[in-house]
Amino acid sequence: MSIKSIKVLSRNPDHYLRETKNDIHKVQRNYDPDLHPFEAAREYKLALNAVKLERVFAKPFIGSLAHSEGVSAICRHPSRLACSFTGTVEGELKLWDISHKKCEWTIQAHNGQIWAIVAAPDGGSFFSVGNDKTIKRWSLQRAQEDNDEFPIDTWLCDSIITGITHHRYKNEFVTCGERVLLWDANTKAPKFSYNWSTSGDRNDASVVSIKFNPVETDLFASSDQANNIVLYDTRAKEVKKLKMTMRVNALAWNPMEAFILTAASEDYNVYSFDIRNMNKSNRIVTLHEGHTSAVIDLDYAPTGKEFCTGSYDKSIRVFRTDEGKSRDVYHTKRMFKVNCVLWSGDNKYILSGSSDHNVRVWKARSNQKLGIMKTREHAAMNYAEELKRKYGHFPELRRISRHRHLPKHIYHATLEHRVMKQSRARKEANVRRHSKPGTVPFIPARQKPVVGLEDDETNMPGSSVDHENDT
Amino acid sequence: MMASAVTEKKKKRMRGKKPWQKRNILQSEVKDGVRITEYNSISLREIKKPSTHIYPGRKVIDPKLLQKYSKGEGVEVKSIGYKNKYLAHKLKEKEKAFQEAEAAAARAEILLTETSGQLLAEDDSYTSHITQRDIRDAVDITSAAKSFDLNLNQFGPYKMRFTRNGRHLVLGGRKGHLAAMDWVTKKLHCEINVMESLHDVCWLHTETMMAAAQKQWVYIYDNQGIELHCLKRMDRVLKLEFLPYHFLLCAANETGYLTWLDITLGKEVIRFPTLKGRLEIVCQNPYNAVLCCGHSNGTVSMWTPNSREPVASILCHPHPIKAIDIDPTGRYMATAGLDRVLKIWDARNLGECLQSYSVGSGASSVKFSQKGLLALAMGNVVEVYRNVTNGGASEPYMRHKSGSTIRDMQFCPYEDILGISTYHGYSSLIIPGAGEPNFDALEANPYISLSARKESEVKALLSKVPAELITLDPHSISQVDTPRLQEKLDAKISLLHIRKPKIDFTPRYRMKGKSGSAQKFKRKQKVKEDKQREFLQAAILQRDQFMEEDKKNKKEKSKPVEILDRFKPKKKS
Repeated sequence: MSIKSIKVLSRNPDHYLRETKNDIHKVQRNYDPDLHPFEAAREYKLALNAVKLERVFAKPFIGSLAHSEGVSAICRHPSRLACSFTGTVEGELKLWDISHKKCEWTIQAHNGQIWAIVAAPDGGSFFSVGNDKTIKRWSLQRAQEDNDEFPIDTWLCDSIITGITHHRYKNEFVTCGERVLLWDANTKAPKFSYNWSTSGDRNDASVVSIKFNPVETDLFASSDQANNIVLYDTRAKEVKKLKMTMRVNALAWNPMEAFILTAASEDYNVYSFDIRNMNKSNRIVTLHEGHTSAVIDLDYAPTGKEFCTGSYDKSIRVFRTDEGKSRDVYHTKRMFKVNCVLWSGDNKYILSGSSDHNVRVWKARSNQKLGIMKTREHAAMNYAEELKRKYGHFPELRRISRHRHLPKHIYHATLEHRVMKQSRARKEANVRRHSKPGTVPFIPARQKPVVGLEDDETNMPGSSVDHENDT
Repeated sequence: MMASAVTEKKKKRMRGKKPWQKRNILQSEVKDGVRITEYNSISLREIKKPSTHIYPGRKVIDPKLLQKYSKGEGVEVKSIGYKNKYLAHKLKEKEKAFQEAEAAAARAEILLTETSGQLLAEDDSYTSHITQRDIRDAVDITSAAKSFDLNLNQFGPYKMRFTRNGRHLVLGGRKGHLAAMDWVTKKLHCEINVMESLHDVCWLHTETMMAAAQKQWVYIYDNQGIELHCLKRMDRVLKLEFLPYHFLLCAANETGYLTWLDITLGKEVIRFPTLKGRLEIVCQNPYNAVLCCGHSNGTVSMWTPNSREPVASILCHPHPIKAIDIDPTGRYMATAGLDRVLKIWDARNLGECLQSYSVGSGASSVKFSQKGLLALAMGNVVEVYRNVTNGGASEPYMRHKSGSTIRDMQFCPYEDILGISTYHGYSSLIIPGAGEPNFDALEANPYISLSARKESEVKALLSKVPAELITLDPHSISQVDTPRLQEKLDAKISLLHIRKPKIDFTPRYRMKGKSGSAQKFKRKQKVKEDKQREFLQAAILQRDQFMEEDKKNKKEKSKPVEILDRFKPKKKS
């Protein structure tokens, strides 16, 4: 025989099969690329599946918390993640345990609408302001224990207060209304009154919203009925006043990049300002479009990467801070105008209070799986996310991931607004074409909503004309 | 103000660099305007202890091995430019991730348990002289059991096919005999006679279903021999192929029609005539799922379901083609013609022939194994060659003489077995070193359990590749779509030859007699002319800019002006 040496493939099945039924199956891997053909095409198909599944599982609505009246204010609990306060237009204040959808405490806090609720930084109390010209401070401990119906402190004012915000750590808070007042929690009288806004007509200068900056803690911003956004510094005075073409309903600071101030405007848009560039033309960093009616409220996610807005068009939108179009839109058949929104502290839920007597709880990411996940499940989700990132720009995938079903009124309003926008652009182009070159300047969309800025050095352009228009 | 700005700039510049550090300096002071520095005699390096590790760091990976797992060259960050730092950083990170993945895959090779088979002969003899009986006597009992003969002399000649995991075998006799078996355990799944002529057989995605091309139509049977479907859209089929990742059953028929059928939906993807006559020599390219057909005029044409024209066509032999095959990696194509020549081609870069061998007689079938061996069937003889792709096949590696003429053969995946089916049965031959020793259980597992098979079936269905993605280059979906030269030229031409656009405008109805036909026509004409003028002005502007740029480029390319150039004759412009 002339065989010197021979070896033939002969596998021992015991090495490839599990020993008992209780064992897991043995899985031999060989990463040789030749054994894995069509890698890119198969990945593409998996990415397509992932995008489709994302839309299949996109069911953001979790539940609703019923009130007896329209909800007007909402606030995070200072120490418990699963709890939040809500206030109604009839002055009822409730503390909710959201994980159990249970109301823990109810009280008639004010006569008339509760305009705002804010938690004190000490974690033991919170403030509410109402239509009855009072500021009330409530103890959390008492609220939980003996159902005490009395606030621990009450401040009386001479005019209605429409907003309140608390300093990050000092015992100071600012209220707004006809005047912007700085209070020390230990004294009964306001510490300081800011009156830049009230220099004009009393009625239209009423301030609607006010917010302390969480990082640059002495800075706060307000927006008023006269379309102004005003920046204040408690150590000095008013810093800057920016006049917009339309009223700003709510303000929010980005909790991570505190130089970004986001304003929900009456003109259906949301604007993100860089307050470092307030004097320059590039002050609006991003213009967030999508709503088809006035935007009433907004709130940032604690990560500072996203925020949600509630609008008069009965919908909630979720925006990424650096993108102009909304990432998602939430709506239900029964939800009416949204008065207030809140992003939960664990970055998982969005709460919205609307005038149909309900607070609704939504998932922050509509396809998110709730509850405990196994490691393999996590891995599968992460893989799907990565695939979506890799192949998301393909037209087929983009179309599926971008598509949202919209209620009829929003759908038609969007179409209508598009036509209006086009027609305005066409008209402007026509005017430009038929006038002397250079007389009709190109104004970028980000500069259009701003009328002008006023601070120590600059004055509002044509301020006298503005006043005439106001009256 | 200015001064502060300058210092800030300086600071910015300094930020990237390390501050100046004292190195080995004992003392440094200025005396009488001269700096005197005393250096430390022992340098830091000498103080440092030598590393106590015998094997510092991780084991270095063999660059050849890395090349095997390479995912391509990667993006050159320089080409994007450093202006966009964010993008550059992102790309760098991504490249790093790719490199890590490559390295991890290469390192995982140490976990592979099996090694390839081999056969060495004594110095004074050839491996081709070793018979199957010698091998059977030399190897272990389980391997010897894999070499066997089936005597089926009633219904031949036979066609045969292994499943993708190499565990199951289907045999189809011309006179209607259809049998499926687990050939390792020799367990018969089913044996039927279809009572018609049988031209080809083929497994579908699992061993539970097989397709048979019968006299008139293609039938699908399960592994108990029960007829599941009759595909009347596939008639008079001579050759069947199944694309496992696309779930497409391909059929080539007597009159030159090619049909692709999606077996998950039971719907025909496309069916068209190739206009090349009888299609009997067909194989699939496992690398890109393209069908290759050999024709009687000596050409090989490649077909996808996305084009009615062949995506590639190549003249391989001056005589009719008898057999073709493409190796499992999709790199090489082997063709055998009636001219007794065997040729090896680069399947990805069709052009010149890589190797050409003259063989004793006309080959009726060629087949590649997973490890690159090439089997050649000539009459009743089968010869196996090594290193055919780089010209090392002067003599056969193994040779076997069968009792009757060989009709079909195939290397069994993941085994050292070559199955041959003849006019009078089937036999399996042991060819050491033919099969891939290490399988990937998630792709093809010879030891798959029932539940795992079900699971993998679902997984495979979920990642079913759409038929539209079948192209010559399977990676084209992950690459940037750059315009080809022809497209660029077309774009240039379209710039130079401007055509007026068609304008569709229906004038609105207006009251007070302003919507008479003449008025309407006038209005329409005016709008049309306006729009067209606008378009033409814009287009001309664009063209002029383009021409100017072109001129500039040409000027830049021309030689620099020299002093003596003034004496040259002036160019007429």
